Amino acid sequence: MTLDNPSTFDFDEPSTFDLGEANVVEAGTAPGAKRSAKAGVAGSVLPPLAVGLFIVGVWYFISLVVLDPKRQFLLQPPHEVWNVGFADWKNFSTMLEGMWSSTKVAFWGLLIAILLGFLLAIVMSQAKVVERAIFPYAVVLQAIPILAIVPLIGFWFGYGFSSRVLVCVIIALFPIVVNTLFGLLSADQGMHDLFTLHKAHRITRLRRLMFPAALPAVFAGLRISAGLSVIGAIVGDFFFGQGEVGIGQLLKRYANRLEGEQLFASVILSSALGVSVFLFFGWLSGKLIGKWAGESRGR
Amino acid sequence: MSQCPLSFRNVSMTFPDGTRALSDVTLDVAKGEFVTIVGPSGCGKSTLLKIASGLLEATSGEISVDRDRIGYVFQDATLLPWRTVRRNVELLAELHGFTKEERTKLAEEAIGLVGLRGFEHHFPRSLSGGMRMRASLARTLTLKPPVFLFDEPFGAVDEITRERLNEETLRLFEQERFAGLFITHSISEAVYLSSTVHVMSTRPGRLVASFEVPFGYPRRPELRFDARFAELCGQVSLALRGAHS
Ligand SMILES: Nc1ncnc2c1ncn2[C@@H]1O[C@H](COP(=O)(O)OP(=O)(O)O)[C@@H](O)[C@H]1O
Ligand SMILES: [Mg+2]
Repeated sequence: MTLDNPSTFDFDEPSTFDLGEANVVEAGTAPGAKRSAKAGVAGSVLPPLAVGLFIVGVWYFISLVVLDPKRQFLLQPPHEVWNVGFADWKNFSTMLEGMWSSTKVAFWGLLIAILLGFLLAIVMSQAKVVERAIFPYAVVLQAIPILAIVPLIGFWFGYGFSSRVLVCVIIALFPIVVNTLFGLLSADQGMHDLFTLHKAHRITRLRRLMFPAALPAVFAGLRISAGLSVIGAIVGDFFFGQGEVGIGQLLKRYANRLEGEQLFASVILSSALGVSVFLFFGWLSGKLIGKWAGESRGR
Repeated sequence: MSQCPLSFRNVSMTFPDGTRALSDVTLDVAKGEFVTIVGPSGCGKSTLLKIASGLLEATSGEISVDRDRIGYVFQDATLLPWRTVRRNVELLAELHGFTKEERTKLAEEAIGLVGLRGFEHHFPRSLSGGMRMRASLARTLTLKPPVFLFDEPFGAVDEITRERLNEETLRLFEQERFAGLFITHSISEAVYLSSTVHVMSTRPGRLVASFEVPFGYPRRPELRFDARFAELCGQVSLALRGAHS
């Protein structure tokens, strides 16, 4: 029956995720779909590219025309940022090490936030009274200004890896809890009635109905939280200002030394990290639920 | 009392907010009988089915329903969007603990019966409303339910699809001979499908008129053009108009 492995939330048999089935469905519509996909790539790549070029143009203009040469350090032109920040291996490798440190922190923070967030949301979804009991605290957690709590965390738990991870968990937890809970409760009443009629066990209902129904919302939450976790890693490192050097400390150091090129390069790198986790979860969501959920905007 | 798989005796229903939905409904559905209830919207028809299925408890009255493997088709198809048609059709068999082989066999049979062959691997969002309803019917059929409740199942599909689905419902009934309780707005649908048609009054719903349908099964679509068919439809319509006022 359906309770063969209740320890996992493997909500469905593999056939639902079997890509072979999707291919069967798509086979009928392939030519049209391909054409529109091509148009979609041109349509989704060109406009942002144009804006990007425009921004670089404005950047050059400000840096070379607007700014007095003596004040050019405020905004170095793009090629200087490239030469000093990226092409100079000594500088670039320092940044990569910082990025690696912050990425690890963000990764563990996100992972723990996901596990904790799922757990909380599942518990809350099972009884209204539990939801009422816990939800206010999730809101409080969300409302705490992270800048206020970072020094406190350092003060209590030190400036090591786990404190940094904790900052990420605090900042990334809320969207996961809220979205997962919303998703779990989004299953259609008619479907619930059907499960009730056929005397489905609570766990069966969770695995077969509520959990899959939650997935689109879960992924929306993950995309937000992944970005927040990256920010948490940087903010924690920035304010701790000691321990293993992450991108936050580098940003601070470059700013203090007026090393505009490196500062810009590390801002770009850390944004790239945030953007890539966002894109990754978008991709993952399209891969796992794109076949049946509404149009996922692959961004 | 009766050995009917579905029997209501003086059933009344008042919701906690004071809404009186049903008043003193007495009704039997025997095996091999197809009973239809027509009535104005909001009169308590869905409430009646929910009580029959056990989703709601009546305020008073006696109810006996064979709820083992009960069949209940809702107004919406209520398919799981993440499952293909076949996996949706397998759902109830899954909830009842059938093995994978049994499920596959039951699902394939049911899909064949409702004419969805070739769409087994489609997801619900790529199906038309009529096809979704067929999938929903197939899902219920897998259990070979002794009692089959239909809550305005074809209200949302176009007239042509509706008539086709009526044909198919008749075939299913003629083959399975369940005890059917069917809710509809459409008088011709009611007369075409049923052995008995009950007319329900406005809220609180009471059964105000009953009509035995004199045609046997199997029925053919030509029946719709029979003069007696038209006359019976007229009588039901008249009773329904009386129920409205
Ligand atoms: N849970 C509920 N609480 C209070 N009133 C309800 C509830 N469910 C239905 N009703 C009311 O009971 C009446 C009958 O509803 P229903 O059985 O759905 O009618 P219909 O005949 O259209 O299927 C309606 O007036 C509806 O508003
Ligand atoms: Mg209704």
